Amino acid sequence: MLIAQFLYGGAGLVLFTLGLWSFLVHEPLLRKIIALNVTGAGVFHVLIAIAYRGDAAPPDPVPHALVLTGIVVAVSATALALMLGARLQDADEEDQTP
Amino acid sequence: MSAPAGLDRATERSRDLRLLLAVLLTLLGVALTLVYLIALNAGAAPRLADLAYERLPSTGVQNPVTAVLLNYRAYDTLMELAVLLAALLGIWALGPAPPGFQRSGAVLAAMVSWVVPLLIVTGGYMLWVGGYAPGGAFQAGALLGAAGVIVRLAGDPRAGLPGEAAQRWLLVAGVLVFTLVGLGLMAFGAGFLTYPPTLAKWLILLIEAAATVAIGAALAAAYVGGRPPGPDARPTAEDEDALTPAQTPANPPAPPLDPRP
Repeated sequence: MLIAQFLYGGAGLVLFTLGLWSFLVHEPLLRKIIALNVTGAGVFHVLIAIAYRGDAAPPDPVPHALVLTGIVVAVSATALALMLGARLQDADEEDQTP
Repeated sequence: MSAPAGLDRATERSRDLRLLLAVLLTLLGVALTLVYLIALNAGAAPRLADLAYERLPSTGVQNPVTAVLLNYRAYDTLMELAVLLAALLGIWALGPAPPGFQRSGAVLAAMVSWVVPLLIVTGGYMLWVGGYAPGGAFQAGALLGAAGVIVRLAGDPRAGLPGEAAQRWLLVAGVLVFTLVGLGLMAFGAGFLTYPPTLAKWLILLIEAAATVAIGAALAAAYVGGRPPGPDARPTAEDEDALTPAQTPANPPAPPLDPRP
């Protein structure tokens, strides 16, 4: 099933490119963070597609493990980025009010 | 007259820039797809998978993904737990957590009292099943983290986690146990995190149990979004509801909605 593997990985590449576009074009920080997450999801897609080794053989566990680790790192990095963004917004509002 | 013209020029320039970006990114996407297609058609190259499956019997687990995470690439997982801890320290460094949400109503509270224990039990199952089937510390930790998110949404300002001092121990549990196991193995003459095959299963289970607690606590604490509120913060989140005693069932009994006999 080379076609299914290509479509799955290709969809990941499309997500990667779209996320990169959104990250570069949109101004608000929240949209940039979401865009980076979409980019990461695209990378995970590609890694999962690469792990496929044909119907006869079991999938390659190494990319699977990398994705598993990557998801947790992405979540924690997103949480930190969101908090930094919230603090930045608070600081901006404090600057503007007095 | 000049200001609108300048504005027009600025929007025009930004539109040109967007167009350029779109073209460049399309080219990048096409190039990546071509490389990917060529790589797929190149056929089977020597991969780590064969080696991973060949050595699986000596890793102490039957699930190859767990073997990669906790045995072959244990350093990777240790560093990943450290990344999680560092991210949480960053969040705590940014200040105290925002106040909790308002106390949940009876329906949500009843649902939470059903779902959270189920999530914890499922997390324990996930941890154990990771030895021979898909599952493991990350999935179990994610379930525990989800339980924390639900508890926080239902009004607990600390997402069900203990006070700050105890929380610190929970958060470092993963890195601490991982490192202690590695150093202990070094003390007994093996390499850092080189498990002897007879003990490998139990050492991996020990590390994974600690990692599950740490991941779950870190995800829930990250959702709280700041240094945990102290014990005296507990009433402040519900002080408005506390004025109306009818709405504060601290532990509401589950309504008889259970479809089972």
